[in-house]
Amino acid sequence: MIQALVFYLFAAITVASAVMVISARNPVHAVLFLILAFFNAAGLFLLVGAEFLAMVLVVVYVGAVAVLFLFVVMLLDINFLKLREGFLQYLPIGGVIGLILLAELALVAGSWSFAPDAPLSVGTHVPDPTVVTNTDALGRLIYTDYFYLFQIAGLILLVAMIGTILLTLRGRTDVRRQSIAEQVARTKADSVEIRKVASGGGI
Amino acid sequence: MLEIGLAHYLTVGAILFTLGVFGIFLNRKNVITILMSIELMLLAVNLNFVAFSHFLNDLGGQIFAMFVLTVAAAEAAIGLAIVVVFFRNRGTIAVQDANQMKG
Repeated sequence: MIQALVFYLFAAITVASAVMVISARNPVHAVLFLILAFFNAAGLFLLVGAEFLAMVLVVVYVGAVAVLFLFVVMLLDINFLKLREGFLQYLPIGGVIGLILLAELALVAGSWSFAPDAPLSVGTHVPDPTVVTNTDALGRLIYTDYFYLFQIAGLILLVAMIGTILLTLRGRTDVRRQSIAEQVARTKADSVEIRKVASGGGI
Repeated sequence: MLEIGLAHYLTVGAILFTLGVFGIFLNRKNVITILMSIELMLLAVNLNFVAFSHFLNDLGGQIFAMFVLTVAAAEAAIGLAIVVVFFRNRGTIAVQDANQMKG
């Protein structure tokens, strides 16, 4: 009973904030609604016992991805209202395609059932959460059966990090930088010049 | 209605995915909103993975959802880097202005 109410609460807020993400006038508000959607999706994950993924969703999505979006939205000096031109023009075609997709998904969901031998093909059963915690069970699986895939996931993140740095790095020539080696190598001979100045005359 | 089953989670996932697709069509000029719509679609996929993992009693779904999360984070980082570089070069992020490679 409580579980059902909590599920409906989380699901309703997730869907409502998703609607706000795609329709908000101000992109900063859209990012904040995206954060709300992620938090409530984490709540949905918790309801089915995926505690580790719920926490990862909060830490990675809210803490990293959404804040990255927020930074980019605030850093770029763009007239976002101008980008919204044609919003109503695209509404009908978008609505038609969305409705078609939703109808197809509903048809699939309506006529779908588990294969009779599906429970037999389960690779790794979820252990009893009172004995082994979700994080423990996932860790045991990741570092054994899925070890190579885990390594490849790390490699993907490394490539993404290097690519992002390489894309946004630029050598700026219009700023003056301190060069400590040059300052240390300075000698009296090449920086001080003594001239005799005649009294009354300039240099 | 008060017994939450797999169908409830799949419904939420389907609605979220559709909203993501809808958002891409609605904001065809704004790259940042398109990227956010893609994040919504990936969230819907993750929700389906986790729901199936629970109701089939199989831990593999949660591990795959974690890999999807990894790829989504990498995709968001590189996508936003490209947006920043594009804005630096052209002074705009409108999708229809990205036509330099059009021959």
